[in-house]
Amino acid sequence: MQANVQQFPPFREPGAAHGHDDHGHEHHEPGFWTKYIFSSDHKVIGIQYGITALTFLLFGFFLMLLMRWQIAHPTQPVPFLGPLLEKMLGPMAAGGAISADLYNAFGAMHGTIMVFLGVVPLAFAAFGNYVVPLMIGAPDMTFPRINMASYHAFFLGGVVMFVSFFIPGGAAQAGWTSYSPLATTIPTNGQAFWLVGMVLLITSSLLGAVNFIATIIQLRAPGMTWMRLPWFVWAQFVTAFILLLAFPPLEAAGVLQLMDNALGTSFFLPTGLAVAGKVGEASGGGSPLLWQHLFWFLGHPEVYVLILPAMGVVAEIVANNTRKPLWGYKSLVYSVLAVGFLSFIVWAHHMYMTGMGQRIATFFQATTMIISIPSVIILTCLLLSLWGGSIRINTPMLFALGFLPMFGIGGLTGLPLGLAAADLYLHDTYYVIAHFHYVVAPGTIFALFAGIYFWFPKMTGRKMNEFWGRVHFWCSFVFMNLVFMPMFAQGIKGMIRRMSDGGVNYSAARVPGAIDTLPGSIMELNTWILWAAIALGIAQIPFIINLFWSIKHGEKVGTNPWQATTLDWHTPTPPPHGNFPQEPHVVRGPYEYNAPGFEGGFAPQAEFPAAGQGHAQPAHH
Amino acid sequence: MSETEKPVTLQSYIRLCTVIFIVVMCAVGSMIGTSFAHIGEGWTAKVAIILAIAAVNAFLVAGYLMHLLSEKKLIYTVLTFTVIFVIGLFGLTLWAMTDFPVGTATH
Amino acid sequence: MDIPYTVHNRPDTGIYNAKLGIWLFLASEVMLFGGLFSAYVLLRAGAEPGMWPHGWLDVRLGTINTLLLALSAITTLLAWAACKVREFGKFKFFHGCTILLALTFLGIKSYEYHDKFIHYEIALNDGTFVDGHLKEKSADFDLKKKTGTVTLHGRVVQDRKELMDLRMPAAQAAVLEEHVIQAADIKKMQNYGPWHNTFTAIYFTMTGLHALHILGGTLVIFYLWGPGSRMWKTDPERFTNRIEVSGLFWHFVDLVWIFLFPVMYLT
Ligand code: HEM
Ligand SMILES: [Cu+2]
Repeated sequence: MQANVQQFPPFREPGAAHGHDDHGHEHHEPGFWTKYIFSSDHKVIGIQYGITALTFLLFGFFLMLLMRWQIAHPTQPVPFLGPLLEKMLGPMAAGGAISADLYNAFGAMHGTIMVFLGVVPLAFAAFGNYVVPLMIGAPDMTFPRINMASYHAFFLGGVVMFVSFFIPGGAAQAGWTSYSPLATTIPTNGQAFWLVGMVLLITSSLLGAVNFIATIIQLRAPGMTWMRLPWFVWAQFVTAFILLLAFPPLEAAGVLQLMDNALGTSFFLPTGLAVAGKVGEASGGGSPLLWQHLFWFLGHPEVYVLILPAMGVVAEIVANNTRKPLWGYKSLVYSVLAVGFLSFIVWAHHMYMTGMGQRIATFFQATTMIISIPSVIILTCLLLSLWGGSIRINTPMLFALGFLPMFGIGGLTGLPLGLAAADLYLHDTYYVIAHFHYVVAPGTIFALFAGIYFWFPKMTGRKMNEFWGRVHFWCSFVFMNLVFMPMFAQGIKGMIRRMSDGGVNYSAARVPGAIDTLPGSIMELNTWILWAAIALGIAQIPFIINLFWSIKHGEKVGTNPWQATTLDWHTPTPPPHGNFPQEPHVVRGPYEYNAPGFEGGFAPQAEFPAAGQGHAQPAHH
Repeated sequence: MSETEKPVTLQSYIRLCTVIFIVVMCAVGSMIGTSFAHIGEGWTAKVAIILAIAAVNAFLVAGYLMHLLSEKKLIYTVLTFTVIFVIGLFGLTLWAMTDFPVGTATH
Repeated sequence: MDIPYTVHNRPDTGIYNAKLGIWLFLASEVMLFGGLFSAYVLLRAGAEPGMWPHGWLDVRLGTINTLLLALSAITTLLAWAACKVREFGKFKFFHGCTILLALTFLGIKSYEYHDKFIHYEIALNDGTFVDGHLKEKSADFDLKKKTGTVTLHGRVVQDRKELMDLRMPAAQAAVLEEHVIQAADIKKMQNYGPWHNTFTAIYFTMTGLHALHILGGTLVIFYLWGPGSRMWKTDPERFTNRIEVSGLFWHFVDLVWIFLFPVMYLT
C-alpha cells in the first residue's frame, strides 16, 4: 500500500486531528457503565469473561451434584433442595425428585455449560484477553469494540441457555452433542433455545478469534519475533485458529437443526422416521449422520480449545517456578502447530459406532494416533522442564504440577478409544466419561486454577492466601481422583453413560443370573462418587472465599511478585489503559531465568527506552 | 492493492471492470447454455462443466475484484489452511458416508 | 498508547489491521458456507433416485440477480478506486449504485420466495397429485372440517416423481390449467416452503442466509455512504480502508452467489 499511496494524490498529512473513534482514550475518568459494563479495555473484558465463566462453572458443577444424587439414589427426593426444585421446575421435579427428563436436561446442560460457557470463556477469552496483549507488548486488542461485542454476545448466549431451564418442557435434553433426530423429536422448545444460544456463543467465539489472531500478528511490540513469543501466546494463537475455522460448520449445522426444529424441514431426519410408534409428518430424506459429522468437525478441535490454553498457562508457571527456560521451546511451538492442524482431521473417531467402513475408520485411527505424538511431545517437554530445576513450590506451581499427571492419565486413556476395535466396546460407557474428564477437570480446570492464583497479583496487586491455596489444591486433587478414577472401572465393566437410574436396570440385583450385569461392587461406586463429588464441592469453598477476601486483604506485593521475565509483569499493577507507559522493546527470548548479570538473576524480555528516543513508531499523544 | 503494475487512474479501473463484466456475462451465458443442452446421460457431465465455469467466475472475482492476485503472503497462508480444511470437511465426510463395512448391504 | 496500524501497513506483514481482520472473518465464512455446501452435496447424493428436483427455480430471475450482483461488485470496486484517486463525488455515485443494485436483488429474491409460498402440491385421496399456484380458496375452505374448495393453476400427475424433474420433455409439454379441488378430496396439502422437501429446505436456508449477508452488507455500505462518509473529511485514508474492507465482504457475498446460482438454478 505504501507504494500505491505514492501513485495517488497524497493524503493529508497524518498526525493532525485524527478522527479516532475506535477506542475511547479520553483521559477523564469514565463512569461505572463505561468502565465495567461497556468497556472496550481488554483487561476489563478479560475480567468480565472470567467472572461470568467462573459463575457458570459453579452452576454447571451444581447441576452435576444433582445428577450424581440421582445416579446414586434414583427417584429419591433430593435432600434439602427437593422442594425448591419442584417449585422452580414444576412437574419435571415432581415430589422433589429428579425425573428422567430432568436428568437428561441437566446432563445436556451440564456439558454445554461446562464446555461453552465455562472452560472456553475462562481459558481462552478470560486469560487470553487479559494476558496476551500484555505479553506481546500491545496497548490493547486490535479491535476493542469488537472485543466488547464478543463478550456481550457471549453473555446473551449464556442468558438464553439459562432461561431455557424455566420454559415449559424444560431445557434441551439431547446431550451436549445434540444428536438428531433425538434433538428434533423431544417435545420441548429447549432445543431451539439451545441452538439460538449456541449461535450466539459461536458468534462470540468468532469475534474473539479474529481479534486474537489479528492482535498477535499485528500488535507485537518491536523485537517480539515469533520465536520470542511466550509459549502461552502460541497456544492461544493456535486455539484462536481452531475456533475461527472449526466453529462455522457447527454454526451451519445449528442453523440447519434450527430449521428442522422450527420450520419442519428434514435436514437430519431420515425418511419414514417414526416417533413413539407413529410415522411423523416430516418430508424425510435427511441424514442423521450429517449432523454428527458437522458436530464433531467442531467437537474434536473443541477439545483442543479446552486443553491448549491450559497447557499454555502451565508452561508459563513451570518456566517461572523452575527458574529456567522451558525445555524444547521449539519443539513445543512446532507441536502445538501440528496439534492445531491435525485436530481438524480426526473427528470421526467419535463415530466408530455409526457403521463406518473399515477404510475410512483406518484413516481416522491413523490420524488419531498421529495427533497423540505432538500431544505427548508437549507433555514431555513440560515434564523435562522440571529436570534439574530448583523448583519453587507455591499454589500456582502445585496446580501446574498436578495438571501434568492428570492430563497424562486423560490423554493415555484416549488411545484405546482412538482404536476402533477397543472403542466399539468402550464407546458410550463411563470409561469415555472418565477419559475426557481427566483431561478437562483435573487437567484443564487445575491449570485454570493455577492461572488464577498466578495472575491474581497482576490484576489486584495482592497475592491470594498461600495456606488456603494449598488446602484447596490438596483437597481438590484427592477428591477429583476419587470422583473420576472409579468411572474407569464402571465403564470397563460395561456401565453406559447418560442413564438416569445410574445403571440399576442392568444391575445384578435387578436381573440376577443374567450375563454381564453390573455387579454390586460396581453399583456401589455410585455412592462413593456422590460423596467424593460433594467433598470436592466443599473443597472449593476455601478458594471462593480466598478469591474475594484477597481482593481487599491479600498480602500486598510489588509489580513482579513471581520475578517473571515476560512482559505482562513489567507494566504497572494493575496495568493502566494502554498497558505500557513506554513502548517496550523486546530484546530476548521469554524465559531467560538464568541470567547471572541481572538483578535477581533473571533477564526481563523487554527494555523500555525513555519516551522519544530510539524507535520510529507513528507518534502518539 | 499495493502492487506496482496496478492501474492508477479511475479510467483504467473502469476498463478492467468492463472486461471482467463481459467475461462474467459470457460465463453465465455458457453456464445456462450447458444447463439446457443435451450433454451426456443425466446430470453428472453437465454439473461438472457448469461448476468449472463457475470456478472461472469465482477466480475473476477473487483474483481481480478482491485483488487476491496481488495479496500478501500472510493472507495466502490463512486462506490456504482454510481451503485445506474445507476440502477435508467435505471430502472426508463424503468418504465416510459412502464407505460401508465390508460385508454389509448398502442402499 | 494508540493502537498501531489502524491506517498504515505493518512493515513485516504488509497490511493494516482491518484488512487482516476481514480476511480472517472471510476465512470463517468460507468454512460456514463450506459446511452448507457439503450438506447440500450429501443430501443430494443421498436422495432417493429420481427424487431430487430439477428446474424448480426461474432461471431468468436467477440470471438477472446474478448480473445485478456482478454489477454491484464492480461498482464497489470502482467506489474504492474513486476514493483512492480522491474523487468523492464519484465514490458517492458508485456506491449509490451498489446500494440500489443490492436492494433490487433483495426485491427479486423476495418475489421468488413468495412465488414458492403460493405454489402448492396437493395429494388427493384417489392417489393423484395436483400441483400449481394457488388461485383462490373459497371462503369456507377448511381442511379439517372438509368444507369448501381450493383452486390451483397447474397440472395433475399420477406419480409424484413427475413433479421432480421439470426439465424433462414430458414436464415441459404439460399444459397448465385451473383445477378446482374439494377439501374433502384432499389427503395432504402443502406449499413449497422449506418443509416441502430437502431441496426447498436447503434452497431456502442457503439463499436465506445469503440474503441476510446481502442485507448486512447493504446496511454497512449504506452507513459508509451516508453518515459514515463524514470520516472522508477527517481521515480520508482510513475511510478508504473502510471502503476496501467492506468491499471485500461484498465481493465475498457475490462469490457465494456465483456458486449458489448454478447449484440451485441450473443443475
Ligand atoms: C491425544 C489423546 C486423545 C485421544 C487419542 C482421544 C480420543 C478420544 C476418542 C476416540 C473419543 C471418543 C470415545 C467414544 O465416544 O467412544 C474421545 C472422547 C472425548 N475426548 Fe478425547 N482423546 C484425546 C485427548 C483428549 C483431550 C485433550 C480432550 C479435552 C481436553 C478430550 C476430550 C474428549 C471429550 C470431551 C470426549 C467425549 C465427547 C462425548 O462423546 O461427549 N480428549 N476421545
Ligand atoms: Cu476427539
